[in-house]
Amino acid sequence: MSAAQLLQGNEACVKGALAAGCSFYGGYPITPSSEIAEQMVRLLPKHGGVFIQMEDEIASLASVIGASLAGSKAMTATSGPGFSLMQEHIGYATMTEVPCVIVNVMRGGPSTGLPTSPSQGDVMQARWGTHGDHPAIVLAPASVGEVFDLTVKAFNLAERFRTPVILLYDEVIGHTRESVVLPESVDVIDRTQPTVEPADFWPKDAAPAGVPPMPAFGDGYRFHVTGLIHDHRGFPTTDGDIAEALITRLHDKIEENLDEVTDVETFMMDDAELAIFAYGIVGRSAHEAVLRAREAGIKAGLVRPLTIWPFPAAEVAAAARQVDTMIVAEMNLGQLIGEVERVAAGETKIVSYLRVDGEPITPTVLLDLCVSGGGGSS
Amino acid sequence: MSDVKTYLREWAMPHVLCPGCAHGIVLRSFLESVDQLQLDRDKVAMVAGIGCSSRLIGYVDFCTLHGTHGRAPAFATGLKLARPELNVVVVTGDGDALAIGGNHLIHAARRNIDMTVLMLNNAIYGMTGGQAAPTTPEGAVASTTPRGNTEPNFDACKLLIGAGASHVARVLAVNPLEMTKIMADAMTHPGFSFIEVISDCPEYFGRYNKVGGGAEMLSWMAVRDEGITIPLASKKFVKTLPPSTPLPGMQTGVLHREIRPVYSGVRGGQ
Repeated sequence: MSAAQLLQGNEACVKGALAAGCSFYGGYPITPSSEIAEQMVRLLPKHGGVFIQMEDEIASLASVIGASLAGSKAMTATSGPGFSLMQEHIGYATMTEVPCVIVNVMRGGPSTGLPTSPSQGDVMQARWGTHGDHPAIVLAPASVGEVFDLTVKAFNLAERFRTPVILLYDEVIGHTRESVVLPESVDVIDRTQPTVEPADFWPKDAAPAGVPPMPAFGDGYRFHVTGLIHDHRGFPTTDGDIAEALITRLHDKIEENLDEVTDVETFMMDDAELAIFAYGIVGRSAHEAVLRAREAGIKAGLVRPLTIWPFPAAEVAAAARQVDTMIVAEMNLGQLIGEVERVAAGETKIVSYLRVDGEPITPTVLLDLCVSGGGGSS
Repeated sequence: MSDVKTYLREWAMPHVLCPGCAHGIVLRSFLESVDQLQLDRDKVAMVAGIGCSSRLIGYVDFCTLHGTHGRAPAFATGLKLARPELNVVVVTGDGDALAIGGNHLIHAARRNIDMTVLMLNNAIYGMTGGQAAPTTPEGAVASTTPRGNTEPNFDACKLLIGAGASHVARVLAVNPLEMTKIMADAMTHPGFSFIEVISDCPEYFGRYNKVGGGAEMLSWMAVRDEGITIPLASKKFVKTLPPSTPLPGMQTGVLHREIRPVYSGVRGGQ
C-alpha cells in the first residue's frame, strides 16, 4: 500500500490521469479547474508527456484530439464557460471515435455565473451539449479518492469505446483536500490495434455494435478522418442507410456494454423504505444524512450513481420499486430528476430538493427531509 | 514532373470541386513538392478545416484529418507535439483560416509550431454558396453583399508576419512551378510556414461579378507589374474605389523568412 497523501480533488485527477497513461494535456485557464493544468505542466513532462496551454477551449480540445490521433492518451480540463466552447469538438470526437477525456469542474452558471462556487448545473450540457444524436459517458465522483479512480476509468472507457468521456465534478470536490491512499497500480486499457496489413485496412471497419481498431497517424496506416457522416473507408457519404448505421453503432457500442460503464453505489438499501438519490458532492451529504436517519430509526438508504450518463435506468427503477419515497437532491433547478421521474414514475413518491445559491446541500436539510418523509410534497 | 497519381486515393474520386476551380492545380503543385522532397508518405499528416479547399485532403494518400471549421491549426498543433516526426501540413481556405479560425492561426504562428499552412484564397465562401469572406475585395458582389462589399479585407501575409510566422509567402495558382518550389521551401523550413495561394472561384465569385470563368480569372492573375499582381479579378473594382485607396494588388514570392526557436510544448528535458 502507498502512504496516505493529502490531496485536492484536482490534484487527484492529475494523478489518476498519469496512472492511466495520459501523455498529452492541452488546456486553457479557468476557475475552478486551473490546478489541473498547473499540476500537469509540472508532472506530465517527467512522465514523458507533453503539455501545452492553448489559446481557448475550442483549441484545447482540438489539440487533444490531434494528439490522440497521434497515439497519445490525451485530456483537457475546464469549467462551465469553457465546457460550452468545447461542445463542438465533443461532437467531433464522438463522430470520429477519437478517445479523449474532458474534465468539467462545475461552477454556477449560466454564463460566467458564479466562479469558485459549486454547482451541478452542467449535467444536461454534458449529456446534450453538442448537436445531433450522440451517446455520452459522464462520470461523477463524490470524493478526492473517487476523482482518482474515475479519472482512470474515464481514460479506460475512452480507449475501450473510442469515445470522449466526461468527468464531471463540482468546485467543492475540486478544491477540497482529503487524505487518500492511492493504489500503487491500476488496470489500464489501451485502444485496440489493427491486425490487418495497411493495404487491407479501412479505419471504420466494425461490427454493428463494434469498436474499430485505431492505429496512430505515423504508424504506417494511412487513413482519412472526418466529422462528416462516413463509410467504412472513413470517407464522406450522404447515403442514408450508412448514416443510420453509423449513428446507431456509435450508440450501440456503449448501450450494449453497459455492464462495463454503469456504476451505482447503494448504501443501506437492503431494507430501506426511503431513498435519497444524489451524485457528486451531494452524495457525500446524503451518505451522512442516511447514517443520521438510521440513528433516528428511519429506514433510509442512498442511491448514488457514479456513472450518470448513460443514466442507470434499471438500477434506479429497482430502487424506486422498493421504497415509498425517493428524495432527489441536486445543486441545480432539476436536471437528473427528469431521468429519475422517467424511470420511476408511479413506482414511488418522488420529492426534490434543489439548490442554486452556490452553497452545497448539507446533511442536515436532507435529514430533515428524511424525518418528514419528504415533506409530503412531490 | 512525377506521376503524382500515385499519391491520390483514386477510390475516392470523383472529387467535389467545380469546373474551372484552380484548387486542383494547387494540389498538384503540393504533391510535386512532396515528391521532390521524397517525404515518407507514412509520415505526412494533412489537416484541414471546412470548405472547398479543405476537401482536398480527402483525395491524397497520407494520414488526413478533416476537422472542424477554422480549427485545423489547433488539431495540427496537438498532432505535431504528440508525434514530432510527422510532416504536418494544414490546408485551409480564406474564410476558414481568417474568419472563424483566425485565432488558432495567429497563435500557431506566434508559437512557431513546425508546420506548413497552405491557405487557398478564392476571396469568397464557395462551399456554402458564395457569401462574402474577410478577403472579398471592396466593391465585389457576393450573395451576402449584393450591392458590393463595403468591408475592408485582410492582407493575410501581413497578418501572419505580424503574428510571428517565420516563413511567409504568397503564390499564384497560375504559376504551378513557383508554387511547387515555394511549397518545398516552406516544408523544409524549421518552424511555422504560411503560404497564401491565390486561387479562384469561377462558380460564385466569377459568376456574381461577371469576370468570366476559370480561364479568365487565372489570366488576370498573370498580369504583373514589378512583382505586384492584381489577383482575383479585383482590377474590375479598382475604378469603383476612391482615388486615395491603394491598388488592391499583392506582392508574391517569399515575403518573410527568419530562423527562430520552434515551439514543441512543455516536455521532458526542459
